[in-house]
Amino acid sequence: MSGFFEDIEIGETLELGDHTFSADDIIRFARKYDPQPFHLSEEAAAGTHFGRLCASGWHTAAIFMKLWVTKHQALQDDARAAGRTPARLGPSPGFQDLKWIRPVFAGDTLRYSRIVTGKTESRSRPEWGLVHSDMLAHNQDGTLVFSFKGTVFVERKRA
Amino acid sequence: MTELIPYEDFAPGQEYDLGSLTVSREEILEFAGEFDPQPFHLDEEAGKASILGGLAASGWHTGSMVMRLLAENLLNKTTGRGSPGIGKLQWLRPVFPGDTLSAKAEVLDMKELRSRPDLGLVNVRVTAVNQSGDNVIIWENPILFAKREVEA
Repeated sequence: MSGFFEDIEIGETLELGDHTFSADDIIRFARKYDPQPFHLSEEAAAGTHFGRLCASGWHTAAIFMKLWVTKHQALQDDARAAGRTPARLGPSPGFQDLKWIRPVFAGDTLRYSRIVTGKTESRSRPEWGLVHSDMLAHNQDGTLVFSFKGTVFVERKRA
Repeated sequence: MTELIPYEDFAPGQEYDLGSLTVSREEILEFAGEFDPQPFHLDEEAGKASILGGLAASGWHTGSMVMRLLAENLLNKTTGRGSPGIGKLQWLRPVFPGDTLSAKAEVLDMKELRSRPDLGLVNVRVTAVNQSGDNVIIWENPILFAKREVEA
């Protein structure tokens, strides 16, 4: 999706890359943003139904964002290298149906991807369009562990 | 140790004050640098040129900061057992350096789980406002709580 709003096709899939969650990173994130026992130590997690240290769901989501931004910046760099002006990516007004389907345990590797599900023109901002997507993450066993329906502003071609 | 609040003690209509926090520029830059390195989260000029109108926190950062308030000021006083997801989240206004966010959680509805008789789901609406009283983020999510019987 280095392309402009007009170039994006419904159904196109973008692989965003993968990320391994270390115990240290899980604990570091949780101390700052989600200090519940099952995100803070193996010992405390063992006493809950999770059974093992698992990542904050916000951490799983933040890694999606990291990979999403990194991928888009790489695509924008490719476009510039090819002499094209890359489309800008704007902020997101929100999301729906975010699902933490399975816990993400220390040592798990998630593979993130994005499938375009729809496009809407923005009436209030004619230079931008809204792109709707399913964002997915599968673990090393191929099991879907995380998903949400996201929306983001994407720049339109100049008339 | 005081008893943790179990599923049975929640009721639709209850409202919990989650306290407040002030967002620093350093924290905005640190979170954005690690998780959301878009120019409008890292640079004042890029922020001004964007839809956001100034250097602003990543929306995932805003959500994570409010999550901390939810965890510290409510969930860690309860039998909370995590959440299966978020039905809907809206980022309504940008969060700028120096903003103070105050949050609350409202109980919308509750349901028993046939598959897990020891747990129940409480659907909560979390809202954070800035120092002007404007909503900046709202989400609704079901949270699992253990029942009193299994805690005894």
